[in-house]
Amino acid sequence: MNGDRSLIFKTSVGLIFHTAVLFAFYLLFAGHNTPGGGFIGGLVAGAAFVLRYLDSGTEGIWATLWRPGVLLGFGLSLAVVAGATGWMGGGEFLEHTAYSADLPVLGTLKVTTALFFDIGVFLVVVGLVRLVLSVLGEEAEE
Amino acid sequence: MICSIGPATAVVWGISQWNRVAEHGGTTFRLPWAPGLGLTFDFRLDGFGLLMLALVSGVGLLIFGYSRWYFADGPRLGRFAAILTVFSGAMLGLIVADNLLALFVFWELTSITSYLLIGFDDDKAAARAAALQAMLITGAGGLFMLAGFVILGQAAGTYSLFEILAAPPAGGSVGVALALVLVGAVTKSAQVPFHSWLPSAMAAPTPVSAYLHSAAMVMAGVYLVARLSPAFAPHHLFWQPALITIGLGTMLLGGYRALRQTDLKLLLAHGTVSQLGFMTALVGAGVPELTFAGAALILAHGVFKAALFMVVGAIDNHRGTRDLRRLHQLSREMPGTFVVATIAVASMVGLPPTLGFLAKESAFEASLGFAPAIAGVVVVGSVITFAYSARFLWGAFSSKPDAVAPETSPGGRASEWPLLVPAGILALSTVVLGLATGVTSRLVQVAARALDSASGGELYLWHGFNVPLAMSGATILAGVLLFAARKHVETWQSRVRPALGSQQVFESSLRGLNRVADRTTGLVQTGSLPAYLGVIFLTAVLLPGWALVGNSLPLALTLDASPLQLAVAGQVAAVGLALAVIRRRFIAVLLLGAVGFGVAVLFLVWGAPDLALTQILVETLTLVIFVLVLRHLPERFEPVRWRAGNGIRALISIVVGLFVTGFALIASQERAGINATAIEYLERSVPEAGGQNVVNVILTDFRAFDTLGEIAVLCVAAMGIASLVLAGRGSEPGELPDER
Repeated sequence: MNGDRSLIFKTSVGLIFHTAVLFAFYLLFAGHNTPGGGFIGGLVAGAAFVLRYLDSGTEGIWATLWRPGVLLGFGLSLAVVAGATGWMGGGEFLEHTAYSADLPVLGTLKVTTALFFDIGVFLVVVGLVRLVLSVLGEEAEE
Repeated sequence: MICSIGPATAVVWGISQWNRVAEHGGTTFRLPWAPGLGLTFDFRLDGFGLLMLALVSGVGLLIFGYSRWYFADGPRLGRFAAILTVFSGAMLGLIVADNLLALFVFWELTSITSYLLIGFDDDKAAARAAALQAMLITGAGGLFMLAGFVILGQAAGTYSLFEILAAPPAGGSVGVALALVLVGAVTKSAQVPFHSWLPSAMAAPTPVSAYLHSAAMVMAGVYLVARLSPAFAPHHLFWQPALITIGLGTMLLGGYRALRQTDLKLLLAHGTVSQLGFMTALVGAGVPELTFAGAALILAHGVFKAALFMVVGAIDNHRGTRDLRRLHQLSREMPGTFVVATIAVASMVGLPPTLGFLAKESAFEASLGFAPAIAGVVVVGSVITFAYSARFLWGAFSSKPDAVAPETSPGGRASEWPLLVPAGILALSTVVLGLATGVTSRLVQVAARALDSASGGELYLWHGFNVPLAMSGATILAGVLLFAARKHVETWQSRVRPALGSQQVFESSLRGLNRVADRTTGLVQTGSLPAYLGVIFLTAVLLPGWALVGNSLPLALTLDASPLQLAVAGQVAAVGLALAVIRRRFIAVLLLGAVGFGVAVLFLVWGAPDLALTQILVETLTLVIFVLVLRHLPERFEPVRWRAGNGIRALISIVVGLFVTGFALIASQERAGINATAIEYLERSVPEAGGQNVVNVILTDFRAFDTLGEIAVLCVAAMGIASLVLAGRGSEPGELPDER
């Protein structure tokens, strides 16, 4: 798989990968009000990793910072912790609260604890895609 | 060290709650989990809970300090401390849980963490087998208990443990429920005939045994029995005789087995089985005086048994063996350990002025008042306890001329002190609590009163010349004699072996289960893809299809679609037709993708961008994964030969097609317009959840429980995929691809 890769493909993957991940983050953060959210964002980031895989095989998947197992575990824990913050406000588990702050340059910034729950979903989806790619891809390479 | 913050906090909190518990009977704390389903985490700390909390957290704290020195090497300590912390948290939850279902969750958590801890040396087959055995036995018992809890909860109309105890439900089903709960308690506390897992579990590192198998996990069953007995023993006639028989039987059998062990740790394990039986009998009777004695014994046992296990760990660490035939003159090499062990043993056999003496005297007195015959059995059990305790002390420390030459310790530490300090603290507290009878009495009284308001009593170091004192004296005398005759006991025991041990029953039932599973799998899993698909399709057609039969098809079907929709639908249909005749797999996969993208466009036209986006992304990823798998398959589908089976297949596909069409038509008729739920979601989305995108709000807020469940499933699926593929590749099981 490594020998005859097209240079054009390789270069464009290099360009697109980071843009796609950035877009995934946009979808994740904008998801509460416009189309998007943790699941969709995770899938976009997963697709970016697919490109990475097509370019450089499982090597490319492993070259990134976090291992799939860590992503899965951390994501699930984050979702649970975000849910547990509902208790701190005297509410129920998974009851979200919204905070807003007026920042000097950026304008009004609104954050709900649902966002952290969604980040957890995002991480789990990315972790799953990467795990499947690497496990099945490694097998295919052999 | 950081991990000890947890138990330390629990100890401090427990002490701070003492006044409220002692004066007002308890303190409660409520945490809603899924109130819509009636699930809440209700916690309640009362006197008995406080006694257990003192044991679990106090001993736990010392165990963390002990482990710090026991695992001198770094990485293992980290993993160990993590699991042990989870365990102690689960154990704390168990003893303060009010909701029965929450109690069950904590109960199972202790089973799972105990599995991980017993099998901590996961490169040893014996440790893995022992872990599995403990897990299977306690887990199976847990399932019985869950069934019992559900029946009990339904009969009482509440799942609150304390409400049930305050107003015990009556009726035939309650008896069944109690019997089921009892199975859970008896398996967890290693009572006959389920005791075999506890001696096997000695494959665990010693800190685990000192904690789980003395003061914590095995106490869970005793804890539950103690809670339930006062309320249910008077109304259910089987309860008291069953528990007293099981308990005393276990006491005698465990002690008998302990008499011939040569491994110090196994000796203690069988001794623990025996003591657990004693406690079960005391608290299971549901009689106020016996309950009081039981509470005293629970406290005493937790303290001295943990200390003794720690001593064994220190000896093992020093000499590299726990075999009492190879230990020689250890009292000179480890004088501090010898002193600590002697004090703890004194408490175990009930010598004054230790806590064990107070508890044993109180048990003698109470059982004498209850039934002299039972008092007799208790004395016999105590005699055996004395003999095996003396054997422990003699085996570990005495000079034995016939001992096999002592080994030099492999990697043993020069100083005995780091491992000795935690055990020393426990030994000290057993003496202090034994001398300060006022304080100890008060603690045990509050605990016993929380179980049974009629309960009460005093603990005395000296209450004159009376029958219990005579019983103690006789116990010691007979115990010395039995110890002196140890050679004869051993030869007799090795000659008279039981025909059927609990261990053999466990092993053969496990083999039987595997055989049944093998046969069932061979029968059901034929390995034929058409057969699997046929079953799935037929089920789908028959079950929901049956419900469709009664519905009438919408009579007036109007075609209401834009040209774009028509075009996309036509394209999807054409691709679907092409799929049926295509022969190359790769093309077929691409065409499947085209169908998916077409559907995504339809979603978009209907105004569901989230859905369309998800569909496109999932379709893309599926395509790539398909291609990865395709490399293993032949390029083309097998050519279709006309056979008898093909007729059936054609029939099934036609029926499925008809069903799906009918389903789509009827479903679209049902969902005309926006229904009430959707309107409510739309109305509440912005004010309550602060989000404009209602799809996302539903996912992360309104139905967040579903989403949480789904991502948990994703994680499980990920583990499944990884292990399936890796197992197929012949890697070591459990080795994840990222471990390199």
